[in-house]
Amino acid sequence: MTTDRLGWSGRFVALSGIVWREAIRFAQQRERFLSALVRPLVWLFIFAAGFRSVLGLSITPPYETYVLYEVYVTPGLCAMIQLFNGMQSSLSMVYDRETGAMRTLLVSPYPRWFVLSSKLIAGVAVSILQVYAFLLIAWFWDIRPPPIGYLALLPALILSGMMLGAIGLLLSSTIRQLENFAGVMNFVIFPMFFASSALYPLWRIQESSELLYDICWFNPFTYAVELIRFALYGQVNWMAAGVVIAITAAFLGAAIYAYDPSKGLVGRKRG
Amino acid sequence: MSGTADHDALRVESVSHAFGAVQALKNTSLTVKRGDFVALLGVNGAGKSTLFSLITRLYDNVSGSIEVCGHDVRREPGPALARMGVVFQSRSLDISLTIRQNLRYHAALHGIGRREAIERGDRVLERVGLLDKGESKVATLSGGQVRRAEIARALMHDPTLLLLDEATVGLDVRSRTDVVDTVRALVESGEVGVLWATHLFDEVRTTDPVILLHHGEVLAQGTAGEIAGDTTLSDRFLAMTGIDEREIAA
Repeated sequence: MTTDRLGWSGRFVALSGIVWREAIRFAQQRERFLSALVRPLVWLFIFAAGFRSVLGLSITPPYETYVLYEVYVTPGLCAMIQLFNGMQSSLSMVYDRETGAMRTLLVSPYPRWFVLSSKLIAGVAVSILQVYAFLLIAWFWDIRPPPIGYLALLPALILSGMMLGAIGLLLSSTIRQLENFAGVMNFVIFPMFFASSALYPLWRIQESSELLYDICWFNPFTYAVELIRFALYGQVNWMAAGVVIAITAAFLGAAIYAYDPSKGLVGRKRG
Repeated sequence: MSGTADHDALRVESVSHAFGAVQALKNTSLTVKRGDFVALLGVNGAGKSTLFSLITRLYDNVSGSIEVCGHDVRREPGPALARMGVVFQSRSLDISLTIRQNLRYHAALHGIGRREAIERGDRVLERVGLLDKGESKVATLSGGQVRRAEIARALMHDPTLLLLDEATVGLDVRSRTDVVDTVRALVESGEVGVLWATHLFDEVRTTDPVILLHHGEVLAQGTAGEIAGDTTLSDRFLAMTGIDEREIAA
């Protein structure tokens, strides 16, 4: 009986259970949901409104006409929600490790890669809900992509969420204490967000600094933003999709390695 | 190799483990049979938690072998972990969830669906005397209740081996007695083998198989009565290790 449950049907049950637990925790943390919404809305309502008058945007794909700055910045804000959510999941992994709850997960009979991937999927599911809630509010602010964009956005959000979650997962394997998480804010979230195409088009950045342009070009977050931007208009940015998939594979692979007791970092450290 | 009912619940053979230059376990061997309550006795830092981490695959054992019901934890971690229930030294229930939600989550991590998890949940909660507390948030429970809830969780998937690491630490006398009695009742059913790590000598009965662990080394194995001889188990332990009595209480 016990061994029967180790097959794929059992794995599906395990995946559902991990997503269910994440959903319950998310539902209990109303402030988390609110802050996840308020953060991009502040950028949209205040920052973007102020920037509209000083930043001119030329017509660049996927846009076929001039767009308001609020429209331009919306995909970046969707990615920002996922970025924060990915780091929040990382924080929750570190917290679970400190409190011991992580052990429940790690002593599951399913392979470590499967358990960690399930955890990642659970986090992505939550982030997608947050993004759609944000887009619903943005719709009333006249940010109205074509209806097909809302549908095409889903796979893009899954991919970008997986990439950002995988980065968070790898970070969680290297952070030993919750207190060190402030460093993640300063050295990961802010640089990733600002040094990307989320707030300004890359050609604009190139005009002011070639070095900053190069940094933005190498920043994986830029590709998550562009993947979302094109998807919102029913298009696929294949280069962005390829980069996001490759980065996801690399970071998820590294995180699984780090959590593997026979190879990685976590099992070799005491505590 | 596939595990059968003929195999011991746990067999540890010549296992060593080091953290850098610190040797935490040295050539440790032990066996837990089904229906045994084996006490792993040692003061803090003896290597008990390290051994538990190796058995549960939180750490990798690079020397020797560990088998659970005949399944090597390195080569067949899935079947080995599926037959193992664990109560860790530090609390590991999700305090934001109710007991039943924690049980359901654990059941899912072992591939047990919702409906079956509900039935099993009632059964194990009754077994540990917490049936009326199922809907309580873990954060609202007493220390003893949390420990019994953790034991209930460890039993959800019908394990053959139950590992308990300092399960009574921080509990008052009555709660300690409740927890020990709960585990002993499980052992009497004959289906489960228990490895009970503790530094509290009064939790061990004369007939219990005992392993004395100190500085990562097994000092003695046998029943508590055999090891103690004509003195008490704690006095024998103090004489063998040369440590102060106060270190045991710490």
